[in-house]
Amino acid sequence: MANKRRKKRKIFSPIYLTLVLIILYLPILMVVIYSFNSGRTIAAWQGFTTNWYTRLFNNALMADALKNSLILAGLSAGFAGVIGTLGAIGLANGHLKGGSFIESLATLPMMIPELVLGMAYLAVFTAVGVKLGMAALVLTHTTFCVPYVFINVKSRLVGMDPAIEEAARDLGASPLRVLRDITIPLIMPAVISGMMLAVAMSIDDVVISFFVTSAETTTLPLKVYTGLRSGGTPEINALSTLMLAAIFVIVGLSQLLRARSDKKLYASKQ
Amino acid sequence: MDEAMSEVLLSLKHISKNFGEGDVLSDVSLDVKRGEFVTLLGASGCGKTTTLRIVAGLETPDTGEVILNGQDMTSLPPESRPVNTVFQSYALFPHMNVEKNVAYGLKVRGADKKTIAARVKEMLELVQMSDYAGRMPAQLSGGQRQRIAIARALAPQPQLLLLDEPLGALDLQLRRQMQIELKRLQKKLGITFIYITHDQEEAINMSDRIAVMKGGKFEQLGTPEEIYDRPATRYVAQFIGRSTILTGKVKHTNGFSAVIETGNGSFTVDSAHAKLTEGEMCDLCVRTERMRASKTPVEGFSLPATVREARYAGGSVLTYVTLRDGTEVVAEGVERMADAPNPGDTVYMHWNPAQAAVIGGASYGA
Repeated sequence: MANKRRKKRKIFSPIYLTLVLIILYLPILMVVIYSFNSGRTIAAWQGFTTNWYTRLFNNALMADALKNSLILAGLSAGFAGVIGTLGAIGLANGHLKGGSFIESLATLPMMIPELVLGMAYLAVFTAVGVKLGMAALVLTHTTFCVPYVFINVKSRLVGMDPAIEEAARDLGASPLRVLRDITIPLIMPAVISGMMLAVAMSIDDVVISFFVTSAETTTLPLKVYTGLRSGGTPEINALSTLMLAAIFVIVGLSQLLRARSDKKLYASKQ
Repeated sequence: MDEAMSEVLLSLKHISKNFGEGDVLSDVSLDVKRGEFVTLLGASGCGKTTTLRIVAGLETPDTGEVILNGQDMTSLPPESRPVNTVFQSYALFPHMNVEKNVAYGLKVRGADKKTIAARVKEMLELVQMSDYAGRMPAQLSGGQRQRIAIARALAPQPQLLLLDEPLGALDLQLRRQMQIELKRLQKKLGITFIYITHDQEEAINMSDRIAVMKGGKFEQLGTPEEIYDRPATRYVAQFIGRSTILTGKVKHTNGFSAVIETGNGSFTVDSAHAKLTEGEMCDLCVRTERMRASKTPVEGFSLPATVREARYAGGSVLTYVTLRDGTEVVAEGVERMADAPNPGDTVYMHWNPAQAAVIGGASYGA
């Protein structure tokens, strides 16, 4: 009986898995395929071309949007890296009252609908008088990027043997020296992988950016969005494909980095 | 300063510590002499690790003083104490190789490169790990990590080395080998050790003195021999070694020996170490290897028992007997199965009165 059931499961689970993967990735695959379609519409395949990529690279507006996106992602991931790391260390070390409350508060921006966040930022910026544009973009992106770094670093700190830092103190290192010699080097992989996730989040954000950007400052995802509204061209498919590739690489690297360093930390504990 | 004073390296005075859920330590006092190997022995949760952490400076006592070399260290942070710790989890720095791990204590104290290199080399030779200087901690086995943790803690030449169950994670064979090596190291370097373990055999093999802890207090502080031969409380008797505890009433005493009467019969004890008064209750602790079962009655004892089983245990025969009230007792002493009594036989329990410990007076029932 049990054997039979196990056999059934053996057939069922690959089918199930394939279905899930198809539903998840088929639409994305379509975009990738049609970015190489020589026809203008998504309706029919009319032959292979890399024409749209060439056009994309020659488009000065696109280059400008790319530059903006990279600056935005770089700056916000950088700021989020510093803020998130310090926050995680502070919460892990200090026996702060209400620490867990602050912790959930810090990760809340991940759960709040982007639409609400975008509107909230817009309202605040207008009220305070912050000029919309790059500065406002960096501010908002930093805010929603912090949790990714924070969570990553926090889980790394939790998994770390507290005796490692105590051993450094015991051997004569001041608390600041322990931070420099032991804590920071040990959490660095988590900081970097968190920042890479932050870059991935920032580089494809449309909703929040839409609210706080100005007419002069446009980013790649905004370009895709506006491009689609005006009918959508295979050029947009090409752009989406490139962004997709970039995100895959960044997230993949981030996960790889994390897995490798966790393994190291784990091995030294055994 | 007189000589007796300078002999004491570390002095804990009336240390108490409470983490909010009852006392972890209550009024613990201890003097450790220079070059001494003192073990804190107890079950988990008895406060031995907290005591060690207070000496290291990783924990601050609520009340009491930690005095090293006559200087009050109670409020000094761990980095300012000439004390190093070997942690239970070894706590090697996973991102530094063996050499850098061992060098760390010297480096943060600002030693120059030449001194560091020479000292690291010396330490690695001491723990026989010279060939592993370039390895990362993850590439070492448990026993090797243990050696590096010891080398790292010894490198800054601490006046006092604290060891928190350093052999707990090793298998039995390796543990025995490391016990011998640690003891050899301690003698060679003349460094004072405070050692934590829950393994009574380890404590007895290695220590100059043992402090048996229970519930944040010292149950007994003494040499391994004192602890083993004359446990001060029932807890110590049961925690260390295998023994039989018989409870009875003091029938009469002359100061040197006393006759104790129990529900199973009566026997004579050597009471020079215990102040017994007639009519009071007391416990008698007899080590299993000193308990004998005779086929004929023995003078001074009247403890008949029924043999349940005799089993060969390599080198000696263990005789399992039942006393009149159902108490189960194990006796040793017979060397061959042929000499052992048969199941169902009546035997008479006895022992050398000088080798049994009487727990009476205030210690009774503690």
